Amino acid sequence: MSKTARFGGAFFVLPFVAAYSFLLILPFIMGLWISLNRADLFGARQFIGLDNYIRLFADPVFYQAMGTTFLLALMIVPALTIITLLLALALNRATRSAAIFRGLFFSSSVLSVTIVTLIWRFVLTPDAGLIAKILTAIGMQPIPFLSDPNLTVPAIAITTIWWGLGLPMMLFLAGLQQIPQDIYEAAALDRSSRWTTFFRITLPSLRRTTILVIMLQTAAQLQIFGQAQLLTSGGPSGSSRPMVLYIYEIAFGRWELGYAIAAAEVLFVLVLALTLGQYWLSVRTEDRGR
Amino acid sequence: MGVELTSLSLIDVHKAYGSTPVLEGVSLEMQPKEFVAFLGPSGSGKSTLLRIIAGLETPDSGEVWLDNLRIDSLAAGDRNVALVFQQYALYPHMTVRDNMAFGLRNAKVPAAEVNARIAQAAKTLEIEELLERKPSQLSGGQRQRVAIGRAIVKVPKLFLLDEPLSNLDAALRNRTRVELAQLRQRVEAAVIMVTHDQAEAMTLADRIVVMSDRKIQQVGTPMEIYDRPANKFVARFVGSPAMTMLPVTLSDPDGGFAQVVLANGMHIQTSVLQSVGQTGDAFDLGLRPENISIVTSGEGTLDAAATIVERLGDRTLVYARLTDGSEITALDRGDSKVRMGDKVHLAIDGRAAHLFAPDGTGHHAGHAA
Repeated sequence: MSKTARFGGAFFVLPFVAAYSFLLILPFIMGLWISLNRADLFGARQFIGLDNYIRLFADPVFYQAMGTTFLLALMIVPALTIITLLLALALNRATRSAAIFRGLFFSSSVLSVTIVTLIWRFVLTPDAGLIAKILTAIGMQPIPFLSDPNLTVPAIAITTIWWGLGLPMMLFLAGLQQIPQDIYEAAALDRSSRWTTFFRITLPSLRRTTILVIMLQTAAQLQIFGQAQLLTSGGPSGSSRPMVLYIYEIAFGRWELGYAIAAAEVLFVLVLALTLGQYWLSVRTEDRGR
Repeated sequence: MGVELTSLSLIDVHKAYGSTPVLEGVSLEMQPKEFVAFLGPSGSGKSTLLRIIAGLETPDSGEVWLDNLRIDSLAAGDRNVALVFQQYALYPHMTVRDNMAFGLRNAKVPAAEVNARIAQAAKTLEIEELLERKPSQLSGGQRQRVAIGRAIVKVPKLFLLDEPLSNLDAALRNRTRVELAQLRQRVEAAVIMVTHDQAEAMTLADRIVVMSDRKIQQVGTPMEIYDRPANKFVARFVGSPAMTMLPVTLSDPDGGFAQVVLANGMHIQTSVLQSVGQTGDAFDLGLRPENISIVTSGEGTLDAAATIVERLGDRTLVYARLTDGSEITALDRGDSKVRMGDKVHLAIDGRAAHLFAPDGTGHHAGHAA
């Protein structure tokens, strides 16, 4: 490759690399440094070494938030993956009604978190919500979805699943449409039943899409924030407070920037480790299949 | 059970997609172990017919029988046929072994039997080293062997091959053609191959089914198709380069055989029976290149200008234009001196000529009654 060609290539990636470094790498490194300080939002800095991290790992609220975060991810990611896969299977046809339903299920994704939460408040709220009205109409007690500590996390999960159907469904649809039709015909000639075809042909062909959906969703749901803050504010008594809300409260409620960033760095490492772990696991099993 | 031995029978098969007919009244009888080629241009309906036999399409009307069993209402997997797809259609996430075993396992064939059949097929096709690989790790030729292997292990009564050579490069195509010829000797089944390449059909098939325009145009052995084409389409489609067609009119017969007059007034004596028509009827005179030779001038020759000269080593093809503008293809010796633009004299062997009626029907050399 000539020198100019090499510079030409660099020139094209430069804008991205610059933005990426400036907006992600640099803050990450600065964050690492600030997390070693006692720092507030007004610029006061005092180096305290790993004290923030030691304090964090002794904080029961941190563990509670961590637990809530993982619980939410566990409730959302598998359910969302399975539901969107089923939706994609049902809507993968060239009919007008399928097109309309694809649009409908995708439409929730374009709404902002504020609207989504508002809609689900109307559905879930125990005094005048949709479910409460239905329940009172048939003579039952309304269910306190937004105040019962056992129900707040599922309520946030359901809201999130409804909001997030669009993208994974589209990814699965794209994956389904890439499967060549003739291998289904080969399967028909091979006396493959519907179930066998689904489990031995369709699912393995969607393997990469499924891994992508799970990885994207895991990374996204471990950073769940808006729905929790707007729906329950993390309550009651912190039972529905995920990690990012915890970080937000420390940083902007208690102004303890160094401590908040320490928590953020821990979350970052966790998300990175989990997604990379999933990737590694998928690559390894694929290699073994060879 | 009928006494007559047939493998596949098609009875008056019709198929349309919406208002577009693709097959109109197709009927065919195949002998046991026969190798039949469906030959035709794209859009002739040959692939649809193959898919109807395989069970991937349903005919609108008509019947499909295989070994005295009516199969047109059976599911594709229950028909005892195996299809080798044009793009092979191997399962990409399965190993070669699993690709071959999939159909057998679905049919509940015992594991030992599955392994034995795969081992046998792999040996025959020389793909034993590939059994644990995935399709993505195979070359095009290897993939095709696996696709054939997947068909063989099913021990079907009928093999269907959809354009089996079209995805291979020229060298591999010739080799595979020979291998297919050997293969059909080893399998106890009839074979149908769909192709648009007349050379493939001529070299491999016992009989050729020429299809065009939604119908079967002719069924016959390769030599029958070549020597006695049923109509103008078959005559032009089979044989390379294509048969030359010259407009002629019938003149007074001579000795029971038809004599024709070319546009320039030249008389040609054919071996077609005079009963083909009346004096003055218009016909097309069909001439294969080997029936037109280049001579040094003389009595009864046609004058033409050579437009293209193709030297093939052992012979030379001369594409020429007659004075009235008709195109004609002649055959000359390998060391032909003819060059592009030369004036040439053509001698026509009228006894090998074919006559085609205005409706396209072919008439060939016959014996006087």
